[in-house]
Amino acid sequence: MIGIFIGIAAVVALISIGQGMQNAINEEFSKAGADRLTIQPAGGFAGAYVSEKLYQSDVDVVNRVKSVDFAVGVIIQTGRVKYKGETEGASIFGIGSDEETRRFIENVDFFLVEEGRQFKSIDNNVAILGSNVAADRFDREILLGEKITVENKEFKVIGIQKKSGSPMHDNMVRITIESAQELFDLEKTEEVSMIFAKVKPGINPSVAAEDVRKALRKDHNVKEGQEDFVVVTAEQMIEGFNNILLVVQVVLVGIAAISLIVGGIGITNTMYTSVVERTREIGIMKSVGAKNGDIISIFLMESAMLGFFGGILGIVIGLSVSKAVEIMAVSAGVNVLKAYFGFELVAGALIFSMVVGTISGALPAKSAARMNPVDALRSVM
Amino acid sequence: MKKEKPIIELNDVKKIYRMGEVDVPALNGVSLKIKQGEFIAIMGPSGSGKSTLMNMVGCLDVPTEGKIFLDGKDISKMSESGLAQIRGKKIGFVFQKFNLLSTLTALENVTMPMMFQNVDENVRRKKGVELLNLVGLEKRSSHKPSELSGGQQQRVAIARSLANDPEVILADEPTGNLDTKTGRDIMVMLKKLHNDGKTIIMVTHDPDVGKHAKRIVLIKDGMVVSNHKE
Ligand SMILES: Nc1ncnc2c1ncn2[C@@H]1O[C@H](COP(=O)(O)OP(=O)(O)O)[C@@H](O)[C@H]1O
Ligand SMILES: [Mg+2]
Repeated sequence: MIGIFIGIAAVVALISIGQGMQNAINEEFSKAGADRLTIQPAGGFAGAYVSEKLYQSDVDVVNRVKSVDFAVGVIIQTGRVKYKGETEGASIFGIGSDEETRRFIENVDFFLVEEGRQFKSIDNNVAILGSNVAADRFDREILLGEKITVENKEFKVIGIQKKSGSPMHDNMVRITIESAQELFDLEKTEEVSMIFAKVKPGINPSVAAEDVRKALRKDHNVKEGQEDFVVVTAEQMIEGFNNILLVVQVVLVGIAAISLIVGGIGITNTMYTSVVERTREIGIMKSVGAKNGDIISIFLMESAMLGFFGGILGIVIGLSVSKAVEIMAVSAGVNVLKAYFGFELVAGALIFSMVVGTISGALPAKSAARMNPVDALRSVM
Repeated sequence: MKKEKPIIELNDVKKIYRMGEVDVPALNGVSLKIKQGEFIAIMGPSGSGKSTLMNMVGCLDVPTEGKIFLDGKDISKMSESGLAQIRGKKIGFVFQKFNLLSTLTALENVTMPMMFQNVDENVRRKKGVELLNLVGLEKRSSHKPSELSGGQQQRVAIARSLANDPEVILADEPTGNLDTKTGRDIMVMLKKLHNDGKTIIMVTHDPDVGKHAKRIVLIKDGMVVSNHKE
């Protein structure tokens, strides 16, 4: 019974967390908009170290593609943020402050400002904070107009972003691309971490993505299949994430399945013990007319009940664990983890645990039914 | 005596138990005819095969050789579910050790055999209460066996043996675990059942108990050595 409830708890917690994560990620990407393309250096993902690089010149190439409405290069780096003597890590996000970029930004939920304002083209040494950075990361809340230090430079906080639910964006410090270049020594190379592009209305994003690929291949002088960059549509991004999640879930559910098997074996053991302890009872029932089938049903019912109670316990514990993980994740600034509580999950887990219980009880029940009544009655147990 | 077809007939029944390498013969060719409504005592020394004989007649076990007819049907070659069916409907057992289920109340013990015959819950209850009444335990219906005296437990067992209105009551040393006075009460009850028309086969090694029966079959070393009416 211990095994089964651990197993069910694990399954329930994993599905709850996994499903919640998937829901959150899907929501996140739908916020980013379906008409968005992301262009990254090949071989890496969002700021991870890669040898291939993208430059401001690539942004210009993308901007010239017909099916692209607008493209912007951004710098994403991790940096130390200091506020009132306290230092915390955050992702530093450098993005243009020109009119066009601002219009682009205003259409993306992640970049909405709740207090203060967005960048203006004349802005210098100003920062816009993700909601977590402003409210939670430091002992004291950072207020509009206050100063923070990023790496070694002082920035004035001119805006605080609306909470987006995206951990990446809620934990970012947004500065102008010029400041970012200066901060991370990228002025000369004009290197960018990533390019965001908006597809022209009415054009299929994957067609636009192919156009961008063509243009960059031509510019970089590389053949198809040897690109030093990756162009991803929002849809592919969601798919990619979901695939990763699926793999993670499958692996974790596999682990849970093993504990369920162990739990099942536990029930089998319990039932065998029970059969032995009740040998005499079996003999008595047979002597008053119980058929083998009756004995089997009695013991199967019992093991199904064991599974059922193990399942209830497992569901309660599993959901508590996933809720706890969610609370812990939120307090650590990760909002992607939302525990999922669905009726199907609870009902499915209950049925599943009863099935496991029944299957586990099958062999003991059979051995109970096969007992010879005389021997069973003579048993001293 | 009227000439009627026997309700039970044993034809050269042998039972050999295998204990590892050795064969232990428990019954060495027993032939016996029992008519409807008889009250028979099977007597003999311990280990002579009395219980083995009872178990064969009661369909708890099958003979190694020979045939047993119950109501004219050969039960020695029946399937397990067929035997279970006979045990449930035609036979009522009363054991020396009472053999009640300790987790069930007196009433539940009495109604249990009806459950295996899929008798309706209300009918079961009504019949169970009736039977407890019959054995004078109506006030103890919700007691567990552990809360009852030995005599009371055996009365519950007798009530249980009657649950499905069997034709035959098999009582294996029904007074073996009881003091003389309580044993006498049980014998009064069995005699009453006999007067009501039940066929009763009782095992005992106590001559005082055996004399209540109308016929005594003496068994020794797995064989019938005498078979006479009182
Ligand atoms: N299940 C069994 N396995 C092996 N030997 C048995 C079994 N049942 C009975 N016997 C043996 O068969 C013989 C007759 O036993 P039983 O019928 O119980 O005698 P009684 O009831 O007359 O005392 C004894 O020697 C006993 O040890
Ligand atoms: Mg005996």
